[in-house]
Amino acid sequence: MGFKSYCFKKSLWVFHFGGASCNNCDIEILDCLTPRHDLERFGILLVGSIRHADVLLVNGIINHHDKERLIEIYNQAPKPILVVAIGACGCTGGLFTESYTFAGPVDKVIPVNAYVPGCPPKPEAIIAGIVKLVNNS
Amino acid sequence: MAASLFYFFVFPGILFAATVGALLSWFDRKISARVQFRKGPPLLQPFYDFFKLLLVKETILPKQGSPLVFLLAPVLAVFGAAMSGVFILLPLFNITTGFRGDLLVIFYLLTVPSFSYIIGALASGNPLAAVGGSREMKLILGYEVTFLLVIAGVIMKCGQHFDLNTIIQTQQDGSPFIGSVSGVILFIVAIFCVQAKLALVPFDMPEAEAEITEGIFIEYSGAAYAMIKLAKYIMFFILPAFIVALLMGGFNLHGINILWAVLKVIAVVLLLTLIKNTNPRLKIKQAIKFFMIWMNLLAVIALVLIAFGL
Repeated sequence: MGFKSYCFKKSLWVFHFGGASCNNCDIEILDCLTPRHDLERFGILLVGSIRHADVLLVNGIINHHDKERLIEIYNQAPKPILVVAIGACGCTGGLFTESYTFAGPVDKVIPVNAYVPGCPPKPEAIIAGIVKLVNNS
Repeated sequence: MAASLFYFFVFPGILFAATVGALLSWFDRKISARVQFRKGPPLLQPFYDFFKLLLVKETILPKQGSPLVFLLAPVLAVFGAAMSGVFILLPLFNITTGFRGDLLVIFYLLTVPSFSYIIGALASGNPLAAVGGSREMKLILGYEVTFLLVIAGVIMKCGQHFDLNTIIQTQQDGSPFIGSVSGVILFIVAIFCVQAKLALVPFDMPEAEAEITEGIFIEYSGAAYAMIKLAKYIMFFILPAFIVALLMGGFNLHGINILWAVLKVIAVVLLLTLIKNTNPRLKIKQAIKFFMIWMNLLAVIALVLIAFGL
């Protein structure tokens, strides 16, 4: 394992993109940063600007409005960027697959590196997903 | 020549100041985590962040705006921080005695990082960066006068000497300036000025990540952002060291006194961190009012007390 990839793994900064979600996954993502789970001990920080991000968390279905914005956000991100789809809606479309606003799950729009299914996934599941992502990338 | 380059790049300059500053910034994050009942990041976290930004990430230039100025601004910030660091740390470590009037040079060099952040933000062409830049400008207008009054108070206290070495020697021969009433008042004012200079939480409106998403740094990525981090690490060490030099008697580097010197810097950083963790962000109007009225008032009271010899 090289020095560069070691530094990258130890300092993942996360940008959170909320698609058309029901907000359950948003709450669970915020739970990861609270004192009980404390993702900062792995060097994971939530950043406000996509230019600083290493990981793009996407939750909820992507509707026709979100699609253009998600592609734009993805193109604005400095590479390498890892994309994580959170929740059943982000992975497959879940409950909203047959909705007329549905424009595809996240991996139809941008390439996805990891999927964390669940409705909503527990914070432990999100942490486990990120650990697996880090160890495989 | 070789000695000057060594001073600038290695010992009190970039390498040393940035390493100590990065460790202090880990200390800041760890204390913040402990205050919030979290575990906090590992010891080498600032180094991981810096090398990730420098070596791994791509640097994106903004489409609108000026790429050259945008990339030069972080380098200028590192230059200003390292240069003022050299002038502060050389007398502090008793390597050279500095020169007459170096206090004013330090005062002007300490504003160079803030100004280059503004230049970089305005060159990026991002509206949120422009908002952050204008807030930083107003903040500088707020705290600079107060900081100058603190330095004036220290100069009056040591008997009209304008160089840092004489100020440190006066305190080491007598007692530290913080041991008097006016010294305590000057210390309180200086702590708030440093808080604003470092853009820590009550005064972090230029880079408010919740409202204007990092403000002045919004467009920076990759190596350019790594340079900004480097400048921030250096400033995080030299500003507490400057307070220690001005008011707390400087460093005494003989035997066990080294521990005492380290403890003084850590105590100042701890105070800054606790202020950061127990206060909400002010509005820019409130911050300017705070410095222009209350802090200036305190500083003037301290000056009057010094004139009466208290």
